[in-house]
Amino acid sequence: MKRQKISAFLLRFAVYLAAFITVGALLFVVGYILVKGVPNLSLKLFEWKYNSENLSLLPALLNTVLITVLSLLIAVPLGVFAAIYLVEYARRGSRLVRVIRMNAETLSGIPSIVYGLFGMLFFVTALKLGFSMLSGALTLSIMILPVILRTSEEALMSVPDSFREGSFGLGAGRLRTVFRVVLPDAIPGILAGVILGVGRIVGETAALIYTAGTASDTVSGIMDSARTLSVHMYALSQEGLYINQTYATAVVLLVIVVCINALSASLAKRFSRKR
Amino acid sequence: MNKFDISNLDLYYGQLQALKDVELQIPARQITAFIGPSGCGKSTLLRTLNRMNDLVEGCKITGNVLLDGQDIYKGGMDTTALRKRVGMVFQKPNPFPMTVYDNVAFGPRTHGVRGKARLDDIVEQSLRDAAIWEELKDRLKKDALGLSGGQQQRLCIARALAVQPEVVLMDEPTSALDPISTSRIEDLCVTLREKYTIIIVTHNMQQAARISDNTAFFLLGEIVEYGPTEKLFSVPRDKRTEDYITGRFG
Repeated sequence: MKRQKISAFLLRFAVYLAAFITVGALLFVVGYILVKGVPNLSLKLFEWKYNSENLSLLPALLNTVLITVLSLLIAVPLGVFAAIYLVEYARRGSRLVRVIRMNAETLSGIPSIVYGLFGMLFFVTALKLGFSMLSGALTLSIMILPVILRTSEEALMSVPDSFREGSFGLGAGRLRTVFRVVLPDAIPGILAGVILGVGRIVGETAALIYTAGTASDTVSGIMDSARTLSVHMYALSQEGLYINQTYATAVVLLVIVVCINALSASLAKRFSRKR
Repeated sequence: MNKFDISNLDLYYGQLQALKDVELQIPARQITAFIGPSGCGKSTLLRTLNRMNDLVEGCKITGNVLLDGQDIYKGGMDTTALRKRVGMVFQKPNPFPMTVYDNVAFGPRTHGVRGKARLDDIVEQSLRDAAIWEELKDRLKKDALGLSGGQQQRLCIARALAVQPEVVLMDEPTSALDPISTSRIEDLCVTLREKYTIIIVTHNMQQAARISDNTAFFLLGEIVEYGPTEKLFSVPRDKRTEDYITGRFG
């Protein structure tokens, strides 16, 4: 009897401790960055021009947006159309579908530095695109393609078959059924996947350093080398001279990531409420 | 005049034979009911009539299914054209996740009807025919998924009517509905009979007895007995039919 009580107490203690450490670690990291970073935030950091007196993060912020848009332009159509093929056109449970799915899962487990290496060897060198936004975006789009493919697939599969039947029953063909009935219903789920992809892009450094390079100026085209916020942070902290500005950049990045997560959570909620 | 003329029909799902040598004449502008225990093939036969079974993998069909004398499984019968003539209402109400208006207009748009005025007319007429216009005329732009189950099913009937079919197939259309909605749909079927040929699958023998002109009793993929509803329910020829309608099994 007494023994049971002791083990119950120990177990409860362990559970509380684990929960406390988990939440505590998150709060500590966020708090530490805010304390170090917020005082260093200033309007000067958002000036157009970057130089060694004023380490403006605006160019990096704009580059982040640009490279995200570019990567999505490549990866979203590919991923969504591939998912449509897998769910709507391919025979369910066919070998091809299984192979593609397994490939996608394997790809999503590869460390991003490997993508970076591949991007450098293939896009930068072999295709002679150089260190550029385009090389970076191409590399990133390959990296997020599995994420978008898998979430789009899940979203399409969660559309009830009764919708498809209803549409076929009215004489609609597969194309019309997919684009007018199935896809609109799957869009919130697909968007959630896209946002996950955006999160990975925004946080990525390894895949970008050797593909998009680390040039710190405002870019004038997609063939220019450019650094995103994460790469900017990496470069600053590596140089070790501008730690305060690094923290300020971290705050901006943190805010962006929190916004993206909130957006994705609210979309996922809307998605699940409908079911 | 027979709308459908079915003969020597066998249907297999892979190795399993789901329909055996079915022979059936379905008269135009009457209500024909398919009754029988679960898994007896009545829904399968219904889905054969607008080729919805084409979508099922490993489904093989042999025999003749004539619609107005033309075999729907032979000689370039286009499923789009066929399903325009033979509409379908499903067991579970399945309105699309769009507005009431777009639901009803989906079929006509599929078949190339354009122009707001024409679509407006079709939507109103279809909703009137499905006896739901008064309830929904102020909610045409509302999401169809917000309607009650009974309203959703009548909306699905309106959606099926909007392409001006000749035949309406109903696969247990009231099994997911409450008694009041059920009786409204039954009334609706009786009025629709003036314009359409209706074939209804039902688990509910009283429903078949109330609304249908002819009834076919299915057992294990075969039609045991087929005839005028009144006769089939009062003086069944086959012992198995009698056992089923008196509730001895099923």
